[in-house]
Order: sequence, then structure tokens, then C-alpha cells
Amino acid sequence: MLSPYLVVGGVVLVGVLLFVAAMGARRLIAPSAPTPAKESTYECGVDPVGEGWAQTNVRYFLYAFLYVIFAVDAVYLFPWATVIRSSDLALASLAEVGIFVGVLLIGLAHAWRHGLLRWL
Amino acid sequence: MSLLEVVVRSVVVLAAFLVLPLLVGQTEHKVMAHMQGRLGPMYAGGFHGWAQLVADGVKFAQKEDVTPREADRWVFRLAPAVSLVAYLVALSVLPLTSGVVGADVGAGVLFVLAAMAVGILGPLMAGWASANKYSLLGGMRAAAQLLSYELPMVLAAASVALAAGTLSLSGIVEQWHPLWLVWQLPGAVVFLVAAVAELQRVPFDMPMADSEIVFGPLTEYTGLRFAFFLLAEYAGIVVMSLLFTVLFLGGWQGPFAAALGWLWTLVKASAVAFVVIWFRVAWPRLREDQLQRLAWLVLVPLGLAQLAITGVWVVLTT
Repeated sequence: MLSPYLVVGGVVLVGVLLFVAAMGARRLIAPSAPTPAKESTYECGVDPVGEGWAQTNVRYFLYAFLYVIFAVDAVYLFPWATVIRSSDLALASLAEVGIFVGVLLIGLAHAWRHGLLRWL
Repeated sequence: MSLLEVVVRSVVVLAAFLVLPLLVGQTEHKVMAHMQGRLGPMYAGGFHGWAQLVADGVKFAQKEDVTPREADRWVFRLAPAVSLVAYLVALSVLPLTSGVVGADVGAGVLFVLAAMAVGILGPLMAGWASANKYSLLGGMRAAAQLLSYELPMVLAAASVALAAGTLSLSGIVEQWHPLWLVWQLPGAVVFLVAAVAELQRVPFDMPMADSEIVFGPLTEYTGLRFAFFLLAEYAGIVVMSLLFTVLFLGGWQGPFAAALGWLWTLVKASAVAFVVIWFRVAWPRLREDQLQRLAWLVLVPLGLAQLAITGVWVVLTT
């Protein structure tokens, strides 16, 4: 039961080794001649203005909320796939998931009507 | 399972991971060169410019690796590895043919989606850690886009799992029937569009948009670390194409599947990868706000509709 995950662990290890080995090779091959100008932040050739972590309008947090709600819903869909064919659960589970997803859809429609799905 | 077998399987997965993305990269060079009449990629080395990719690799390896002074050094340097390893892990659970798979995990659909979701952290880390205004904007766009398109992809995958009655990727291919091409079609379209968006490729390349924000999260990257982000993108095309093949096109199923199953999987996945490359040539970039509308008002409702069709059909026929 556990053995496929041993391979997954091995794959992660091999991937990390690949990255470490490549970076070691780069250290040997690539030149390194840092200058203050080279290490400054890129801003189309002029001197950087202010901080790099400038204040920006974080527009995506509403999408993140919506995503979390729907992702929870998606987690319930996967186990449903394994029980939908059992005779005592088929119709009942279909109705229940229908109601569940329906409520979420009403929420999405509500968010849309209030203009929350606009980027600007 | 002995230690030797674990090592051999891991190394074989790594070999596939190093070969397949380069094939996709080479194909992209040549396909785009032909479609757009470009002369550059067809020159190096003589026949069809076969040496161009090698030259690119040599150039990346010998370029200086610059870490900006203001950057969050460790996060900045680790970001390419996070992108890369996530796709490597995703590749390890995708079946090539009946019984041939790196790691045969039980709930493969869930696992592969989870592994790819970790890869999202790569551009986010790069965007934040660069301490660059363009990178920050690109990182924000990447976060919003990757979150929004994760959802339709999960819904389409759930519909397939529902149709097959199993979460195992091999099990899904065994249950597959040519009729799926018809009644899972909306889900397949949703999945393909969402997959291209997850890969941040044209027409969904707003996080990178070179004419607006230089190169988004990758603005400050140079040399081998930049090359690793590119490799992660091509590895992403490989993983998405194989996953699409397994979920919607029946994986190794086809004439002489017992002997030629592996070939069927590769042929189908290559066709999907070709379509993904074709998108890049054929379409301009969407606008940032159009992108979000498409995800939430078209793809999510379509994915839910597909789920309803599948659920009702399965209940009615069993």
C-alpha cells in the first residue's frame, strides 16, 4: 500500500538532486563578476524608484475566497465518484450533490450581480 | 518493493522528464518557424536548424547567474526548483501503458492535481522574492489566474472520475469507451482551456505579458535558473498533454493496445501538445479582466453542467 509513495519520495529526491547538480555545474562553468549596477533592480534602464514591494491593489483576494469555497466543494466530488454506482446511494447522492452545488451556484451568481467578478 | 526498484523507477522517471520536454521544445521551435515563416530557428546546424536547441542550452549554461541585491535571496533562488520538482512528481504517476507507471498511487487523479497545484508556488515565489515592480505585478496576475483556472480543471477531472467510477488513472483508462468523446466533450474543452491557462501560455500569458510587464515573475532571472523555468513550462506541456490523453482520449487504448499501448499514449499526447503549441501561434493575448470573466462565468458553469450530465447519466444507466 505504501510502496508507490516510496517511489514518489524517490522522485522528489532525484528532482532535488538534479537541481543541486545543475547549480553545482553552473558554479563551475558560468562566470561570476557582480557589479553594483548589475545587481540593481531592473526598471527599464533607469534607477529604481522607491521599493520593489510597492503598494498595489490586491485584486485577487476575492477570487481566492471564491476558489476556497469551490475547492471545498470539489473535495467532496471525488469521493462521490466512488460511491455513485452503489444502488442504495445513487439517487440520494445525486440529489444531495445537486442541492450542494446549487447553493454554491447561487453564491456565484450573487457575487457576479454585485460586480465582484470584475477585475477593475 | 526493494530499494533498487525504487531507485530504478525514480531514475527512469527523471530520464523521461529530461527527454520529453526537450522534444516538445524542439517541436515548438520548428512548428512556430513553419507557421510564422521564421528563418532564425531553421538555420543553426544545417538540416532544419536541428542544433538551435543545443545552442540555446549551451548559452543558458554559461550565462552569469545574477541575484538582485534587493531580492529575498533564498526564495528567489529556490523558486525554479519548486516549479520543476512539482511537474516531475506529477509525471511520475501518469501511466504510459497498462501496468507501466512510475508510481501507481491509488487516487491518481487527486494526486496529480495536487502535485501540479504545488508548482503554482514557483511563479508566486519568483514574483514576490524579486523585489521588482514588474515581477510583483506578474506574480499577482499569476496568483489570480492560476487559482481561477484550477477550479474548472478540477471539475472536469471530477466528471471523468465520476464517469469511470474510480480515482485511479489506470482505472479510468480501462473504463474508457469511445463514446466518452461525445458525452465528456464539454468537460474536455473546459479542461484543455484551463490547462493552457495553468501553463500561462498564449492566449493566457498575462502573468508574463512581455509587452506590458517585461517578463512578469521571471524579469530578474538569468542563466540556468531562467532556463529551469522554461524547462518547467515545457514539462508542464508534457504533463498536461499526458493527463488530457489519460482522462479524455483513452490513454493506451487503440488497435493492438497490448503491444502498442505505449505508442498510442505518446501519439495522442503529442497531438495534444501540438494543439497547445498551435494556440500560441494562432491567438493574441486576452486582456486581464477578460481572463477572469472567462474562468468564472464560462468555464466554471460549463464544468458544473458537465458534472450534472455525467451524474444523471451514470445514475440512469446503472
